[in-house]
Amino acid sequence: MTGKLGLDPALVARARELARRAGQPVVDLARSHTTVSVERAVLRLAGVTGADPDGIPWVNRLVDAVVADVGLGHGVAVPVFDALAREQIADVTLLAQKAAAGSVRFAQPTGKAATAARKAARRAVGAGVRQIDRRRAERDRLVKRYGDPRQRPWIYLIVATGDIYEDIPQAQAAARAGADIIAVIRSTGQSLLDYVPEGATREGFAGTYATQENFRLMRAALDESSKELGRYVRLTNYASGLCMPEMATLAGLERLDMMLNDSMYGILFRDINPIRTFVDQRFSRQVHARAGIIINTGEDNYLTTADAVEEAHTVTVSQLLNEYFAHEAGLADWQLGLGHAFEINPDLPESFRLELAHALLARELFPDAPLKWMPPTKHMTGDVFRGNLLDGFFNLVGAMTGQGILLVGMMTEAVVTPWLSDRDIALQNVRYVLGAAGGLHEDFVPAPGGFIQQRAHRVLGEAIDLLERIGDQSLLTAIAEGTFGIMKRPADRGKGLDGVAEHEADYYNPATEILEGDRP
Amino acid sequence: MTAPAAEKKIVRPYGDTTGDGMVQVSFTLPVPHDKRAEGAAIQLANRMGIDPAMLVHAKQMGDGFTFFVVYGRVNHLVDLSAVQVVERDFPLLSAKEVNAVVKQRLRRKLSVVGACIGTDAHTVGIDAILNVKGIAGEKGLEYYRELKVTNLGAQVSVPELVEAARREKADAVLVSQVVTQRDAHLHNTREMSAAFREAMPAGKRPLLIVGGPRFDETMTGELGVDRIFGRGTTPGEVASYLVHALITNKKARA
Repeated sequence: MTGKLGLDPALVARARELARRAGQPVVDLARSHTTVSVERAVLRLAGVTGADPDGIPWVNRLVDAVVADVGLGHGVAVPVFDALAREQIADVTLLAQKAAAGSVRFAQPTGKAATAARKAARRAVGAGVRQIDRRRAERDRLVKRYGDPRQRPWIYLIVATGDIYEDIPQAQAAARAGADIIAVIRSTGQSLLDYVPEGATREGFAGTYATQENFRLMRAALDESSKELGRYVRLTNYASGLCMPEMATLAGLERLDMMLNDSMYGILFRDINPIRTFVDQRFSRQVHARAGIIINTGEDNYLTTADAVEEAHTVTVSQLLNEYFAHEAGLADWQLGLGHAFEINPDLPESFRLELAHALLARELFPDAPLKWMPPTKHMTGDVFRGNLLDGFFNLVGAMTGQGILLVGMMTEAVVTPWLSDRDIALQNVRYVLGAAGGLHEDFVPAPGGFIQQRAHRVLGEAIDLLERIGDQSLLTAIAEGTFGIMKRPADRGKGLDGVAEHEADYYNPATEILEGDRP
Repeated sequence: MTAPAAEKKIVRPYGDTTGDGMVQVSFTLPVPHDKRAEGAAIQLANRMGIDPAMLVHAKQMGDGFTFFVVYGRVNHLVDLSAVQVVERDFPLLSAKEVNAVVKQRLRRKLSVVGACIGTDAHTVGIDAILNVKGIAGEKGLEYYRELKVTNLGAQVSVPELVEAARREKADAVLVSQVVTQRDAHLHNTREMSAAFREAMPAGKRPLLIVGGPRFDETMTGELGVDRIFGRGTTPGEVASYLVHALITNKKARA
């Protein structure tokens, strides 16, 4: 297939090259810096678990103690494993407890002691990575046994009660009703917590806290559902916010299947420092690559603040950047759930044709990526009847353009967190459209030179113009000036900046070494 | 007889004939679908004042739930003269008029500080009002030449907001609250208004405005704010209110 839009391959190649050029300085920045969350993720891989009586994880206490003694720029692995050897302690979590009590001092060793510490750190972190490998193999086995969903797009549904024990039966009911992927929405505000809460949680705001134990409980429940339903039901959470690398690590350890992991979302929508975000993002994507996790990017969000027609090209630009960053971190095309959304004002003439053009453009630019198609939110008004119709058209675009992952739209968007009946009606809508027109992408070819082709060409052209402008002034400047989603985010501002450090000459991170060294 | 008949205006729902009182409701009961479930749905509708109730749709969802759609005649009446709402008590001005009034009467830029406070990360509302982009074709407050807008974004703490209001010499503070779980929007608003009362003397305190889809516009006193804007508020209404409360009708403010 040469494509339905007649895109010029040279132009597409140019767009990718420009994205690489815009992204390269950011990758260089990410390779030369670390963050407290990256270091905490390393310690999690090395086996540090649990939290102090106040609920602050031992990884936080340990990183804080190391930073207080030797700073962040060496990485914590060597000082920690050096102290472990000096103190003759076998267990890293025990060391964290002692460090928190102030009874251990950390140093950055040199010579033989440094070599020994590196070796010990690499061994411990290697065990964590092997656990991730085992979980990936386990997924492969289960997918083989139970099978993938029988249709494309996969149906993605959200649960968000705040209580993991309430989420579980809802998720299982949703799977029975046809959901292929369950996403547990996080509690509002978790993205700005600089630690990962511990244990099973029953209280959240508009969502449920992402914790290792909650991950484990939900994955186990969906394994039961997979067995019952004869198809592997996937689980999604969020590798975003200040703890992105740790979330990715916990997801790998607990066999989550997809993670929301956008390159710029935290910067734009949560005002997290850009450098912190890019450093955290690179590490988290390396973990996702290793764990066989599909990432979901967040381009849909731009269109909730910016105009979906005027700013359509910023989605394309962001997809190209996300693709570049993802490939650089080792993710394969099948792991790229690049996002886009049905957010054009329905009162606009030809809005449906414009949506088709945009969705098809994404499909053709990224033919091997399981694109994530996001439902209308901005123009959902509380008129639930009109909303249900709009969701039907959204589903139809998904079917006509061969999207990979379809997030089920709720007619009660902007009204309430979805009720049981809202979800049922929404799934009925999806089933009807996929049942009636699921194969329509085979027949649907826009007229050569017609409205849809012209629109797609124009958006690609605007994306290339924007990438050229970014290339001249760097991506960080573009973000600072409000190029994406209108928000202006300078590199020297935003939350989490104090947790970023430039690598010292002797920086060592065994996880990065393993993840970059022996990619499967 | 007290109230003159002319002032009392009784209405009832309209299906397709004046006075038929027809309504449509849908709900879920936590029972499997059977005859008894349908009877239960009718009984609930009857208790809601729908009588006779027509059960037009019943569908089981999962193991133990059934969704119902009921049509029927509701026997309640509404007296329009007894309805209490907050009517817009200020004139609606165009962006040009707002700019002109600020320029001529205030003779400096009017400073507005906006934020989503607490854990609420939904900036949709505050952005719709403040961002140049605006909403429904109406430009946001950033577009008004004579307004100086500082949008602090999401998850701003109350102390940060008070500090920003002080730094920006805010004439008005706009707070958006979307998340309503466990009444978070009400708690956050009370905390915010209390903090401003504590931090600044009455005369120096900026105008406090909250907005969000789930607020009751009559609760200003209870929440300690000057104005509440509900669903569907446009930037133009907010700008017009600012001019009204801070300039053209200033003395009226307590």
